[in-house]
Amino acid sequence: MIIAEDLWKEFKVKGGAAVTAVKGVSFHVPRGEIFGFLGPNGAGKTTTINILCTLMRPTRGRAILNGWDVTEHPHRVRRSIGLVFQDPSLDERLTARENLEFHGMIYGMPGQRRRSQIDKVLSMVELEKRKDDLVKTFSGGMKRRLEIARGLMHQPGILFLDEPTLGLDPQTRSHIWDYLHRLREEEQITIFLTTHYMDEAENCSAIVIIDHGEIIALGTPEELKEKVGGDIICLKADDNRSAAEFVKRVYGHEVTAAGDSISFEVERGEEFLPSFIKSTDFEINSIGVRRPTLEDVFLKLTGHAIREESVDSMESMRAHVRMRRHG
Amino acid sequence: MDERPLMNLSHDLMGMYTIWLRDVRRFFRDKARIAGATIQPALFLVFLGTGLSRGLAISFPGNDRTGYLTFIYPGIIGMSILFTAVFSAISIVWDREVGFLKEVMVAPVSRWAVALGKAMGGSTVAMFQGALMLIFAPFVGVKLGIGTILILIPLMLFVGLSLTSMGIVAAAYMNSMQGFTVIMNFLMLPMFFLSGAMFPIEKLPFWMGILVRINPLTYGVDLLRSATITVNHFPLLMDIGVVGGFGCIMTLLAVIIFSRQEG
Repeated sequence: MIIAEDLWKEFKVKGGAAVTAVKGVSFHVPRGEIFGFLGPNGAGKTTTINILCTLMRPTRGRAILNGWDVTEHPHRVRRSIGLVFQDPSLDERLTARENLEFHGMIYGMPGQRRRSQIDKVLSMVELEKRKDDLVKTFSGGMKRRLEIARGLMHQPGILFLDEPTLGLDPQTRSHIWDYLHRLREEEQITIFLTTHYMDEAENCSAIVIIDHGEIIALGTPEELKEKVGGDIICLKADDNRSAAEFVKRVYGHEVTAAGDSISFEVERGEEFLPSFIKSTDFEINSIGVRRPTLEDVFLKLTGHAIREESVDSMESMRAHVRMRRHG
Repeated sequence: MDERPLMNLSHDLMGMYTIWLRDVRRFFRDKARIAGATIQPALFLVFLGTGLSRGLAISFPGNDRTGYLTFIYPGIIGMSILFTAVFSAISIVWDREVGFLKEVMVAPVSRWAVALGKAMGGSTVAMFQGALMLIFAPFVGVKLGIGTILILIPLMLFVGLSLTSMGIVAAAYMNSMQGFTVIMNFLMLPMFFLSGAMFPIEKLPFWMGILVRINPLTYGVDLLRSATITVNHFPLLMDIGVVGGFGCIMTLLAVIIFSRQEG
């Protein structure tokens, strides 16, 4: 269980100015929930996670994890949470088993429990056959699975995952989600994760959207999608700019541009579409109607897509680093 | 901090042991590194040592049978301890780069225990590397009795501990492994050259004599030399005092630096 109450975090930057990364964030995550923490880069996600897992002290406010206050009992909190970082954090020159052994020892687990937990978590992520291989021979997906296994070694009540599927292929991504769902069902573990993949956020039982250090939406994926209301019309025209102006002028809808297409919300999209096409005075290349996704929610609430250009390039760089380390 | 101090202390000691064990385990696994760290001082000893001793006439303190090779032998042991210790400490920077340090930093272990575990791991590894250098003793005309070896082992650990702690402090100011060349050129090589490892320090020009005397490694080399070939420049207690004092200050700094780090 996680309780965050009015968390603030200020950083001093060079020249004496202060930057406030987190501005009064509060939320509550009941046991057994898969809690998605979404936001663009620099929104305060990582800072919030760092506060929750005791790596940073909040400037103000408090956070209680599994009944322990993060500033008063950091070691208790640390023992009761598991962490899977955004960037790889394994010792590649040790074997899978040795990495888990190290983790178990440094978390103060007795030998007997360590051995039984190593077997258990390795079989869960289906790596028991590779347990005595050096981690540097593992693929990116295998490393991620091993990191998840390691996060579970000491049987934490909460598992934090920072971008757990970043840079992985779709098959491995869905595999990792299978593990997470199983964990939640079988072990009642609370899962707190951040992700850039909006389709993955649909897997969460609750979602918080954070932007500029503040929570701008909180609810189940369904509740959030209702905020968008109606359906999404998505179209590509020869000239998107004049198409957008047309929609605004004639129908009075707010239009958002994303990539090479524009989109807007309407009630009963299927009925709207035929009359709309007839009324247009421009060339439509493609047009479609769809139910709102979390991507739309995000776009509507923050005014920009979660995966902007910069994020994409960073992600491919990370994926590249993973591959290179594997190679 | 938590309310059960004894329980915490046992967790911290376990954490310290874990970090020590990882360094020792990785040292023995990396055969190439051991080979490299053995061959480099051997090159100094065999080529540089032989060449200099034949080409130049240098007089040495100690008894008549002390040749140049014998004289520099403890200094070369000191060099391998210095390099192994600092290299082991610098692995913190590598751990930071590959992300592994984060796994350590979020573990429920006090930071002082992390720093001390690292310092002890590095000094143990340096001691092993130094002990490996003892196989060259017969080739340089040094007779090592079992008693001498039993004195040398803890001495190498002692010198290694202060040098590893110094390496940990240096690692805190390194942003990436690229900074290693800086450490090499501005810390390790000057320390080695100014330690009296390769030449007697009696006849040095004044300025260099000063530099040699403020170099803590000088006293470490002197300590090793007095144990190996019973030749020493400074009183034994002074050697122990300087190496120990320097080690305490560096270890304390390493602990403070680790405790202050967020994340």
